[in-house]
Amino acid sequence: MSFKLKALLKSPWVFHLSTGSCNNCDIEILDCLTPRFDIERFGMLLAPSIKHADVLLVTGSCNRKSAERLKRLYEQAPKPCLVVAIGECSLSRGMFIHSYNCPVPLDKIIPVDVYIPGCPPKPEAIIAGVVKLIEKVKSGK
Amino acid sequence: MAKTIVPIGPYHPLQEEPEFFSLTMEGEKVVDIDVQVGYNHRGIEKLSEMKTFDQSTFVIERICGICSTSHPFAYTRAVEDIIPVEVPERAKYIRTVIAEGERVHSHLLWLGLAGHFLGYNTVYMWAWKLREEILDVMEILSGNRNNYAMFKPGGVRRDFKPEDIPLVIEKLDSIVPTMEMLKKAVIDDPVLHARTKGIGVLTKEAAIDFCALGPTSRASGVARDVRKDSPYGAYDKIEWEMIVRHNGDVFDKVVVRILEILESIKIMKTCLLELPSGEIDAKLKSIPPGEGIGHVEAPRGETFHYVRSDGTNSPVRHKVRAPTFMNLPTYKATVVGETISDATIILAAIDPCYCCTERMAVRDVKGKKLYNGEDLIRLSREKTEKMKQKKGLK
Amino acid sequence: MTRKEILKNIQEKFKKDIIDVFDKHPKRVYIEIKPGSIVKIAGYMFKELGTRFNIATGVDLREHMEILYHFTDEDINLLISLRVKLPKDKLEIDSLAPVFEGANWIEREMHELLGITFKGHPDMRRLLLPDEWPEGVYPLRADYEEWDEKAIRDRGL
Repeated sequence: MSFKLKALLKSPWVFHLSTGSCNNCDIEILDCLTPRFDIERFGMLLAPSIKHADVLLVTGSCNRKSAERLKRLYEQAPKPCLVVAIGECSLSRGMFIHSYNCPVPLDKIIPVDVYIPGCPPKPEAIIAGVVKLIEKVKSGK
Repeated sequence: MAKTIVPIGPYHPLQEEPEFFSLTMEGEKVVDIDVQVGYNHRGIEKLSEMKTFDQSTFVIERICGICSTSHPFAYTRAVEDIIPVEVPERAKYIRTVIAEGERVHSHLLWLGLAGHFLGYNTVYMWAWKLREEILDVMEILSGNRNNYAMFKPGGVRRDFKPEDIPLVIEKLDSIVPTMEMLKKAVIDDPVLHARTKGIGVLTKEAAIDFCALGPTSRASGVARDVRKDSPYGAYDKIEWEMIVRHNGDVFDKVVVRILEILESIKIMKTCLLELPSGEIDAKLKSIPPGEGIGHVEAPRGETFHYVRSDGTNSPVRHKVRAPTFMNLPTYKATVVGETISDATIILAAIDPCYCCTERMAVRDVKGKKLYNGEDLIRLSREKTEKMKQKKGLK
Repeated sequence: MTRKEILKNIQEKFKKDIIDVFDKHPKRVYIEIKPGSIVKIAGYMFKELGTRFNIATGVDLREHMEILYHFTDEDINLLISLRVKLPKDKLEIDSLAPVFEGANWIEREMHELLGITFKGHPDMRRLLLPDEWPEGVYPLRADYEEWDEKAIRDRGL
């Protein structure tokens, strides 16, 4: 399984998922595709569907409706699938910890491999985080 | 003819926010649409009641990332309306510059996405590359690319440094020629005319009945803009124009937004050159009991905040109403009767900001699914290709 | 029509329904009216005066609830807010959705977050809250308490 993962990570396809965020982190992720930051030169593409995804980028504070969809989507993703939590809201819900519609943080719903803090994290930080993830996997989980 | 229900969403490539549309089709035509929201509801109005007036400003900024200045702007104006108090002149100009900078980046973002939906990926890449320039400007002025955190009840939190202003004006001047080129490329393109003219028409009567706001209603001939009707900030002290068009179709919405970008850059430059000196903070000590209303023109329309205070340092009630809340129901008037390949561009034309609407919901659909989300974008692009071939451009 | 004429017209036409007028400053007026006359007055403001419906706010004040309907008259830069007070044991009022489309969604939201009933609304479904949210629990009320035992409300430190 580790060999398969190393092979996939030569050109990881990322699927981006928002579980109830303010969208800042999502825009910064899309910014990574644009000419200034350009993650396509590393082989990272936005996957059109969850069934083609190697890396799942999750933002948002997991409100109740989104949490069910999130679980279903994670089950549909072909394993091995790495999960990256981007932004404060997906780390621990940030300032929405007392909200009546955000009961649990992301890592209680699905297993998370990398946390990228920031509100929102700059595109440089997102790229650095994904590169760290790839190196962590290459050096043997 | 048998009816089919086509679901779009909730998770869809290139739609950053989750929302669920279910289109009922008869053949190729849409006969009904239902929008379900609720995936983004985070209970911000309740959170506001647990925080103090100052802390609330930071929560409010994170209602939406794209129009992140309009919410604190409306909120601070609502709190200032309780007393009522006027903020100092310099603070008004600073607030105006930040609000207009946000309008430019929001419209450029939308332009890129609209180009992507139609199959013009170059427009997408160019618009977002240009957007990086305006984000650089905002970073020089406020310190951050997105959540500027410049507002507080009574004024602004930080000042502009005089040595930054010439560099900012130079950068703004460098955006204008590229923007003019993009404007000509988009407005004069014959395939774009064929794809967007006469599509998704929102009549003036429907715009008034649904109480639509912002560029959505200005493209239908309703000449309303909070900056002109109820001026705040520096808008009544400088010259600028409101952009209005009369056909109400997708093409007019594109034109209104592109021209607003150019107008906003002019407003930013004027405010920076005429920035008065003085205090930036009215130094409020406490908020007396009462109610206040603040409204500003966000990139998508009028943002409305209502704050009620009972003399303590935390609001009793804070109501947030984003413009998309009033614009979303207009789908019933614009999408019904159109074909499925135009559905994506009409749905994107009102520039929906679901996190602002703070709503999201889910439903199961019975019935055979003929298309899924990526198929719809593919259909939209295929139609553009067919039109290009017809016009002999390929 | 000027601001003074508009306010005079409203006060004369609906003398029996208006309880109080609070003229805060040139841009804001708060008019308290009887709950039964909301459709009449809102219809007059939307259709005859040509004002735009902004939004409606529901406020829970422990002993009673209030709904404020905000209308904007852009030509004279005036925001008129109609205030309606509802007793806690009878939280119902006529719906404005048949009068203009703009009131449809906000009434659905006020119903599910505060528990106010709107008589005559064509489509009272849930708008924001998930389907599993229990009935009868209204989050925006002042006495709302956490009902979810599985919720985690600290950072685990």
